[in-house]
Amino acid sequence: MSLKKKITMTVNGLTVNAEIEPRRHLVDFLREDLHLKGPHLGCEQGACGACTVKVDGKIIRGCLYLAVQANGCVVETIEGLTKSGALADLQEAFMRHNAMQCGFCSSGMLLAAAELVEKLPQSTREEVREWISGNYCRCTGYHSIVDAIMAVLQARAKGEKIKPVVALA
Amino acid sequence: MKAAAFDYAKPKALSEALAMLAEAGEDAQLIAGGQTLLATLNLRLSEPSMLIDITNLDELKGISVIGDQLRIGALVTHTEIEDSKLIGQHAPLLKAAAPHIAHRAIRNLGTWGGSLAYGDPAAEWPACSLALNATMLIGGPDGERRISAQDFFIDLYTTSLEPNEILIATEIPIASSNQVFYFHELARRHGDYAIAGVALVANKAGNVLSDCTFTFFSVCATPIMAKKAQALVDGKPLNDELIANAVGAARQEIESIADITNSAQTKQHLIGVLLERGLKHLIA
Repeated sequence: MSLKKKITMTVNGLTVNAEIEPRRHLVDFLREDLHLKGPHLGCEQGACGACTVKVDGKIIRGCLYLAVQANGCVVETIEGLTKSGALADLQEAFMRHNAMQCGFCSSGMLLAAAELVEKLPQSTREEVREWISGNYCRCTGYHSIVDAIMAVLQARAKGEKIKPVVALA
Repeated sequence: MKAAAFDYAKPKALSEALAMLAEAGEDAQLIAGGQTLLATLNLRLSEPSMLIDITNLDELKGISVIGDQLRIGALVTHTEIEDSKLIGQHAPLLKAAAPHIAHRAIRNLGTWGGSLAYGDPAAEWPACSLALNATMLIGGPDGERRISAQDFFIDLYTTSLEPNEILIATEIPIASSNQVFYFHELARRHGDYAIAGVALVANKAGNVLSDCTFTFFSVCATPIMAKKAQALVDGKPLNDELIANAVGAARQEIESIADITNSAQTKQHLIGVLLERGLKHLIA
């Protein structure tokens, strides 16, 4: 008897049908089956946050969520959110502040930061630090990440948006 | 690491879930938020034959006020508690505790009931439910039963839930206007499990506290109340001498146990630190 289950979900706006084993967690499904390499897999036990994706509008740990649980859900990854422009000002601020070194944590950091900017726009620097403490940057580049998030919070508080500079390459 | 293979089912009603649980036997495991379970599966610390996903059960959802009780469904997430106006109004202790639970991406999925049923001695909700004198509503093959938080937490990761039962909801007496709260935990990184933590609840009139519950967590095999310290403080004007006496009593009556990085003596010391800070905060 096969344990495989049929699932349907929307990933970055596209309907996806698949047949998967229940033990397959969401990030393996996204990376291995759908070839979306933006969500990264770090610790696989919920500590590092590299696997952060959105399910039904909320950030979650993609390694602590089964693909079968996402049946019927709307899933968004860094790829889809980049394309829609939802993260544009955060991404621009991350670049301006050099808030990345190797970049492995960046997709998770950006998704976590986006939920903070949306839910708690009045956050202090201390609160930003607490919020992103769930995302490891093993290059330990936290300071510039906090700077970048603060820049977005301050810009949005003034009703401004950090506009992306067009890349030359 | 990857989880071992298992089957998966998602029942639509409590009765169906209970029947499935009875049929699948002890190798089956309930999953709600799964924020602890998935980590243990990935590490192969547990290898259930089947996961029964209970997130469709309406009986387990929602936060509501019924008479003088706040009903919190087992499926209510940590984020829902963190963001709930009803919780802020009627159970401010929970509001204060919620941001300490892991991180937002985990709080978005992890549930109130899952945390209680798992009975982790380092977790926030078991301690809060004890401090707030909560009652657990449990569904089983023979219908519903109720049990107080005091009798619910038995030992390390052990509650009075039977393998064929499901935690449905919790009832908490709603806070009165003279009730005061303090929640604090000492952790290496914000969001990590506490080295030691405290939840204080009391009625306050001037500098006199009464009907106190001083609950500590991450110091013993279950959350634990410092009953002698509570009795010492109860009904007397709180001053430095009384605080020092309560701290001494709490350190003496709670037999803490060591964890992988902190000795029992360290925890004993921190119990006093937390109680002193808490009591000073409550009368400040």
